[in-house]
Amino acid sequence: MGELSRFWRESNHRYRMVAIKCDNCNQIYFPPRDVCPKCHRESIGKMHETELSGRGEIVSYTIVHDAPPAFMRQRPYVLALIKLDEGPTITGQIVDSDHEALEIGKRVRNVFRKVREDGKSGIIQYGYKFVLEE
Amino acid sequence: MITLNDVYIIGAGETKFGELWERSLRELATEAGLRAIESAGIYSRDVEVLYGSNTLGGAINAQNDIGGLISDFAGLAHNNIPAISVEASTASGGAAVREAYLGIRSGEYNVAAVGGVEKLTDLYGSEVLDLTSTLLDSEWEGFFGATPAAIAALVAQKYMKDFKVDRESLAMMSVNDHMNASKNPDAHYRNVLTVEGAVSSTMVAEPLGMMDCSPASDGAAAIILASEEYVKKNKIHGIRILASAVAQDYLALHSRKSIYRFDSTVVAARNAYKKSGLKPDDISFAEIHDSYSIYGLIELEDLGFAKKGEAKSLLPDDIKLDGRIPINPSGGLKAKGNPFGATGVGQFVEAFQQLNGKAKERQVKSPANALLHSMAVSGSTSVVHILEGN
Repeated sequence: MGELSRFWRESNHRYRMVAIKCDNCNQIYFPPRDVCPKCHRESIGKMHETELSGRGEIVSYTIVHDAPPAFMRQRPYVLALIKLDEGPTITGQIVDSDHEALEIGKRVRNVFRKVREDGKSGIIQYGYKFVLEE
Repeated sequence: MITLNDVYIIGAGETKFGELWERSLRELATEAGLRAIESAGIYSRDVEVLYGSNTLGGAINAQNDIGGLISDFAGLAHNNIPAISVEASTASGGAAVREAYLGIRSGEYNVAAVGGVEKLTDLYGSEVLDLTSTLLDSEWEGFFGATPAAIAALVAQKYMKDFKVDRESLAMMSVNDHMNASKNPDAHYRNVLTVEGAVSSTMVAEPLGMMDCSPASDGAAAIILASEEYVKKNKIHGIRILASAVAQDYLALHSRKSIYRFDSTVVAARNAYKKSGLKPDDISFAEIHDSYSIYGLIELEDLGFAKKGEAKSLLPDDIKLDGRIPINPSGGLKAKGNPFGATGVGQFVEAFQQLNGKAKERQVKSPANALLHSMAVSGSTSVVHILEGN
């Protein structure tokens, strides 16, 4: 159960892209954090949830060929750094897109997908991935 | 007024790096440790404290507390001296040396041993990849399919676009490593590599191919540090550590201020230069943590040897053994090898030989000062040491 709870407790953030906003400096953080790295103790009690639009642009990307076991069936897959419109930059996959069409600076939006599977009988984990915007 | 003690390296030893399936973790560590003690001309009973460096022993070899393991099988536990394990991702080696340095500098100890060891080949490739990816932010990088190589590829793609750098330039880092390793009997790979051979290697994470990536190696390295007082009293020749500095950055690449500047390296280097009173121009050679070719280029910039985006101007000639700033005379992470916990300690073994003029075929001509750089997987921790030659 330990492994299951490790994924379950992040589901709100991974399913709906719920971020954290520091009401002291208005900076938005994703992945979520409990302390603002700029405001430190001034941020205590002021870190609140906020939902992201899921839209942003490609900062960088790579096509991964050498994959860990949980991603063997997906390779080669595209991993990217996405700068979201609300500010934070995050790591995620880009799917359903022609590799030739990928370019730094292009717009993407999030989709809800299966992210990884732990073998044939292990748990399947879901979360966000991205597609190129039309 | 508190006076701090000067710290000297008085002995160094290592095993061969490579795929050492027939050797165990404890055998490797003991071999390196005994070589270091022999080279220092001291006895095991003279060692007052031991720092063990390792990264993934618990996960790969089902063995935690490597400090305790080394102390036990090197015969030190019998004397009940303190033995502490140091884990700082792939910067464990540099971090363990720094702990020993602080112990002597403070006056608490006169003689300290540092032993680094790793056995990455006890599991198959994809299983190891699962575990090396735990060095990243597991929940927000690894979860989505990031591996250390994929993160390096993200850095490379953006760097190459912004500074108009091609794959051939990246390959020159690996080519330089292999050329130097061909002269190092302890190196994992001693074959000479060409730029064409490097750029045509199998893709790992585009634009990085296998020849842009350091291998998974086994190996161990050890050094002995001593105080000025001990060195003078026993008339031992030592190499002085002029500066030791460590700095941290966000664990995940996506949270950093820049994706192609390692601020942990920038800050650690700045502090090390300040403490030593030296400038990048005063460094005779450097051992840098080029786990990926792209990281080698970026580190040349962040350590002050080139301006941001201009590392390619040093390639290939300036970084050669007889160049302006020889880089990785040992063969570096790409070719000497990358047994995580031993890697950073191995840099000291190379520097000890170089600064004593005993590096034979790969000897840098009359080196004055050396800079050693050890880094956690994608730059979250950097440790920089500056050593003084003779």
